[in-house]
Amino acid sequence: MALDIKTNALDQRRQTFAHIARRLGEDRPASRYEEATFDLQPGGAHHYRPTWDPAHELYDASRTGIVLADWYVLKDPRQFYYGTYTIARARMMEAAEKALSFVEKRNGFAAIAPEWQDTIRFYLLPLRHVEWGANMNACSITDLGFGAAITQATMFTATDRLGIAQIIGRIGLIAGGGQALDEGKRVWMDAPEWQPMRRLVEDSLVISDWFEMFVAQFLALDGLLYPLVYDLFDLAGQAHGASSLSMMTEFMVDWRDEVTRWIDAVLRATARESDANRDHLGRWFAHWEQRAAEALAPLATRVLGEAGIDALAGLRGELAKRAAGLGIPVGQ
Amino acid sequence: MTQNVSITLQNTDEGRGIIAAIMADNPDAVANRYPAMTKIDCPGRLVMNRETISTELGRDYDLQELNLTLVCLSGNVDEDDDRLLIAWNA
Repeated sequence: MALDIKTNALDQRRQTFAHIARRLGEDRPASRYEEATFDLQPGGAHHYRPTWDPAHELYDASRTGIVLADWYVLKDPRQFYYGTYTIARARMMEAAEKALSFVEKRNGFAAIAPEWQDTIRFYLLPLRHVEWGANMNACSITDLGFGAAITQATMFTATDRLGIAQIIGRIGLIAGGGQALDEGKRVWMDAPEWQPMRRLVEDSLVISDWFEMFVAQFLALDGLLYPLVYDLFDLAGQAHGASSLSMMTEFMVDWRDEVTRWIDAVLRATARESDANRDHLGRWFAHWEQRAAEALAPLATRVLGEAGIDALAGLRGELAKRAAGLGIPVGQ
Repeated sequence: MTQNVSITLQNTDEGRGIIAAIMADNPDAVANRYPAMTKIDCPGRLVMNRETISTELGRDYDLQELNLTLVCLSGNVDEDDDRLLIAWNA
């Protein structure tokens, strides 16, 4: 008997949610990122203004000088929603755990030249507190920001920064136990090289415009701090046998490369929209990049010696080029 | 007449990203949508670029992952790390 198999195509009535279809301009299957992001921000009729800020609505786009016709242009090129974010980070964390336990088991930190061990404890461990500041700033942006596209990504970043602070803490435990962490805190509070940075972090916590905070933290400070510490300091450490440290800080290097794509996409979309936005970004960047460079100079000198100032100048040049490439007016 | 090459992919979240990348890179390609899968026909040759797929999916894509989404293809395959080319060897 011949068997004739026929398919019967049943078309579903809708491919996605109506509000997503309106955004896409057609009813086609949306990606999970799109469905987990577009128009999630509550808005519209709230009867009462918040008592803590009667000048604004509870969810108000005008808490920043930046104006966007549509806040969902700030899409995340990594397409992170809860599922993809946690999977990506779990993978990175697994590798970091492996590296940490490898170095601990093989006693890799002891193989580093003793004077460089001191240097590492001096420059790396206080960064826990810088990362905590970044966590607070990312939380603030999430709190006051507008549009799920940006606030969902900043919330993930807030968690990342806490995670990085914890990894630095773990490195501290390997590099000298709880005592090393106490000493790191003392250095953060008292060492003259760290005071400009501590002041910068504290000042950044109280920036009132959340988009300015975004530029100050993610572009200006991180844009100089990460390449200085995790590239240049790390490279200098190789001459002192510090390869085990590179293994332990690999998470930060990978994370920086990934998160830079998101930060650049956000800033590019913002700068593209209007001259007024570009003015804001340029002004904020000029101010905070200068502050960040001043805060990092004593650390660069302490770790890299006289070459530190030139190295920092080189990084500033690269960062300015990156900012200009994003459409931010630089050096005016 | 140039003969078509084709590739058929599952209609999954990932599959849709790959299909979008293929359609962007091959202006002559035609996507035929069926329940649960999409068959893409293209006269002569069809190229898939890792870069475009990575951008569509928002993550680094390894072309060998294609096997997780692939239903079938017709044509001779020429593959390296950055692109996969389907064409008929003349």
